[in-house]
Amino acid sequence: MSNVSTEIKPTSFLSFKELKKSLFTAVWFMILTLPIMVIKVNTIENTVEWHWNRMVFVGLLIFFGSWGWRYLLARREMGPRPRKAESERKRFNLTAILMERKQVRTPTIIILAVMVIVFPFISSMYQTNIMITALNYIILGLGLNIVIGLGGMLHLGYIAFYAVGAYSYALLNYHFGVSFWLALPIGAGLSAIFGILLAIPVLRLRGDYLAIVTLGFGEIVRIILENWNDFSFGPSGIANIPRPGLFGIDFSLPQVTTFIYFIMIGLVVFTIFLMIRLENSRLGRAWVAMREDEVASRAMGIDIRKNKLTAFSLGAVWAGMAGVVFASKTTFINPASFTIWESVMVLSIVVLGGMGSIIGIIIAALIMILLPEYLRAFSEFRMLLFGFLLVAMMVFRPGGLVPAKRKVYTFPQEEAGNE
Amino acid sequence: MSESNCILDTRALTMDFGGLRAVDAMNLKVCEGEIVALIGPNGAGKTTFFNCVTGMLKPSLGTIVITMPDGQEKEIQGKRPNVVTNYGLARTFQNIRLFQNLTVLENVMIGRHTRMKAGILGAVLRNKATKEEEERVIYESYEYLKKLHLEQHVNELAKNLPYGAQRRLEIARAMATEPFLLLLDEPAAGMNPQETRELDNLIVKIRDTEKITILLIEHDMNLVMSLSERIYVMDYGKLIAQGTPEEIKHHPEVIKAYLGEEVDA
Amino acid sequence: MDLTYFFELLLGGLTRGSIYALLALGYTMVYGIIQLINFAHGEIYMIGAFTALIVIGVLTFTGMNGIAIILIAIVVAMVFSTGYGFTMEKLAYKPLRRAPRLSALISAIGMSMFLQNYVLLAQTPDFLPFPNLLPKIARLEQAESLMNSSQFTILVTTAGVMIILTFLIKFTKIGKAMRATSQDKTMAMLSGININKVISFTFVVGSATAALGGVLISSHTGQINYYIGFIAGIKAFVAAVLGGIGSIPGAVLGSLVLGWTESFGTGYISSDYEDVFAFIFLIAILIFKPSGILGKTSAGDKV
Repeated sequence: MSNVSTEIKPTSFLSFKELKKSLFTAVWFMILTLPIMVIKVNTIENTVEWHWNRMVFVGLLIFFGSWGWRYLLARREMGPRPRKAESERKRFNLTAILMERKQVRTPTIIILAVMVIVFPFISSMYQTNIMITALNYIILGLGLNIVIGLGGMLHLGYIAFYAVGAYSYALLNYHFGVSFWLALPIGAGLSAIFGILLAIPVLRLRGDYLAIVTLGFGEIVRIILENWNDFSFGPSGIANIPRPGLFGIDFSLPQVTTFIYFIMIGLVVFTIFLMIRLENSRLGRAWVAMREDEVASRAMGIDIRKNKLTAFSLGAVWAGMAGVVFASKTTFINPASFTIWESVMVLSIVVLGGMGSIIGIIIAALIMILLPEYLRAFSEFRMLLFGFLLVAMMVFRPGGLVPAKRKVYTFPQEEAGNE
Repeated sequence: MSESNCILDTRALTMDFGGLRAVDAMNLKVCEGEIVALIGPNGAGKTTFFNCVTGMLKPSLGTIVITMPDGQEKEIQGKRPNVVTNYGLARTFQNIRLFQNLTVLENVMIGRHTRMKAGILGAVLRNKATKEEEERVIYESYEYLKKLHLEQHVNELAKNLPYGAQRRLEIARAMATEPFLLLLDEPAAGMNPQETRELDNLIVKIRDTEKITILLIEHDMNLVMSLSERIYVMDYGKLIAQGTPEEIKHHPEVIKAYLGEEVDA
Repeated sequence: MDLTYFFELLLGGLTRGSIYALLALGYTMVYGIIQLINFAHGEIYMIGAFTALIVIGVLTFTGMNGIAIILIAIVVAMVFSTGYGFTMEKLAYKPLRRAPRLSALISAIGMSMFLQNYVLLAQTPDFLPFPNLLPKIARLEQAESLMNSSQFTILVTTAGVMIILTFLIKFTKIGKAMRATSQDKTMAMLSGININKVISFTFVVGSATAALGGVLISSHTGQINYYIGFIAGIKAFVAAVLGGIGSIPGAVLGSLVLGWTESFGTGYISSDYEDVFAFIFLIAILIFKPSGILGKTSAGDKV
């Protein structure tokens, strides 16, 4: 690849050759998707429907889509832009401006805080509920981030810990009348124990085996919950789980929703606070080192086993807490809420936001939960789109929407010389 | 070079991979304050030997004895790498293995890992001790960077460094673990002659000012001959010669093993 | 112990194993060449089954003979699945060949999710009955409880595919290129092997066998939906790992072992926990013999 500094312009892709390529790709996809998109058989009533309009739709979508795809690929092949452009971009980086400059940062945080506090009072209960769900996914995303974003281990059974948290509260409350506030730490603790139980067998596994084993673990937990009727009440689940209380005050339904909202906000703030601390600590660095190069980090004296155990169990703690809140919010849980696709959903949030990036994950969770809620037409296609997004993000922007930034340290000696 | 201050002593160290004997009954000694080179043709088993000593591989046979600066003797064969590093052996890698997406400073800070104490609670609570430790480590790491002339790159990502600087960063990172013995696996590979000369001075400086003993694998004969005090030569997993650079240069076995490769300085 | 029941389970496990084998082959070949767990491989199998069902649905109106219909359906399903496999590799995996493994894995999961929902939206979220048009063998009908015709067809087909594949890899030029690529990509490239072609070919062969498996198993079980590929795919992967990933005989052996484990597990213990047996078995294997039954022990991480 020659090192030309000129940028590839989208317009340079308007040549006849590119047009032909797009046309060819479009025709290829039209043929490929012909049976599944166009023909719909119903073997029960023995009818066949033909949807030729869909073929036209596929053709048009792929024609323009493939053009964009090739443009992005070519841009990627150019490699990172030269240094100068990068430093210039830094100046326009919104998060950098917001977080690094004190005089901007403080007002931003205050405005955000006010918005967050006012939100449940100016919006309907329905909207508050959606926001609670989004906040729950933020916690899940940040928890999974410890394992994937920092530790570099592809964990596909994360939702099992969410289930552990939810069932801990539901069952402890059902049998012993344990309150929400007591269940929160118990659920978190039990999840951590499950995290360690899972981590012990997988300590020695390579990355891709780890993915399958964690996936298997998640499925095992779900199948057990589904079939062990005496313990978990099977597929019918557990109903009438009490919402959280506060010193015996009787809340009305909207009030308790607002209350849960604030509990969630509290948990999110607490999580963010801890994550920032963990990230730039001895432990956090050891996780990232393990993600970057396991062999080298062992040579640096890092105990990989201990590291993986802490990552798995700490990650599980957050899933456990989120699970307890989930159970208390919906007042009903059953195994159907804890499928592998929930795990993949949380994974998508982490990947989309940017592995290791706290702000990115928060933004991604909000987008991925709120967007389908408010764009109903879109919600039908959301899993399809998330799947596509996972592929596209990996190909074009592996760092996510807001790529994680390494901490910059300043030293008195170099301040004069450096920017 | 008396027996008493020998800090690394491998006895009949052997490593088998299935039917292949990659390292065959290697006896090698390194004494305090020495610079020792381990040379040999490609595939002679040098890196495998390093991997056994640093715990990356579990040797099939033989013992590895180290004498720590406090005089304590330890058998370390089969011990995990992090334990070995903890004892005071550090290494670099033939094909650079930096933490690519971390900054230069962070790479060195990770090297300080074993010499730090903070655990989860410390990280979360960030109490006074943790804070002080963190500040100290940042300062110390910066000092290591200065020693290897890397301070101008302090906040750059490791992957963006020029090649020679990456090699030096690996050394800085290894030094940050406070080793008494540093194992360098082809530190000059891919460097230009001027960089190699600088590296030569640097290694001597590390030995003299930091009091770190050095064992290195190297293909650059100029560097080996000017730098090392003693040389071990391996071929097909076996030790075929040892001695001073002068002796090695004229050793018939060595000349045969290298067959045409220039051995003179 | 009831001996007939035992033999029923034994043969049932054999059929199960043969089906897993058809899928596990694709996993093991792809893994052997590019060291990627192709999570979407099960989806190719599902798409094969759906394509076949669509072809059957359309052809039934022509009043064609059942055997002819199923043969055409199999061929069409294989052709289209091959197209999907080929396209998938070009889109989701080829651009990530030099990226960290984690990226390719995430991309594979995304692909799997995409294909599932694509079929769900384009077709139906419900189960559809799948007609059994596989040839009936009169003699077997009498011993129905031990082995029926479709089980027999599955066994014979799997054995045939195994033989063809082994031949392909051992004796043909492309097979040699595949083996060379799996050993050392750079060296293979230097000796003039077109890596892209080899990888595409691997995906094509894997997808074709998956589609064949899809049609056979669906005829056997009698129903399909968009989700059948995922669990079957995961289990086939378990089988591939069990046998030693990258090894073709290993994939077959692993599949049979897994088939029997499930068959006896569900037969003698409980049918509710069918999938749990597979996963616990996998975890046990990975802990005690990570290289699988026939896997090669690697010479350790090259440092």
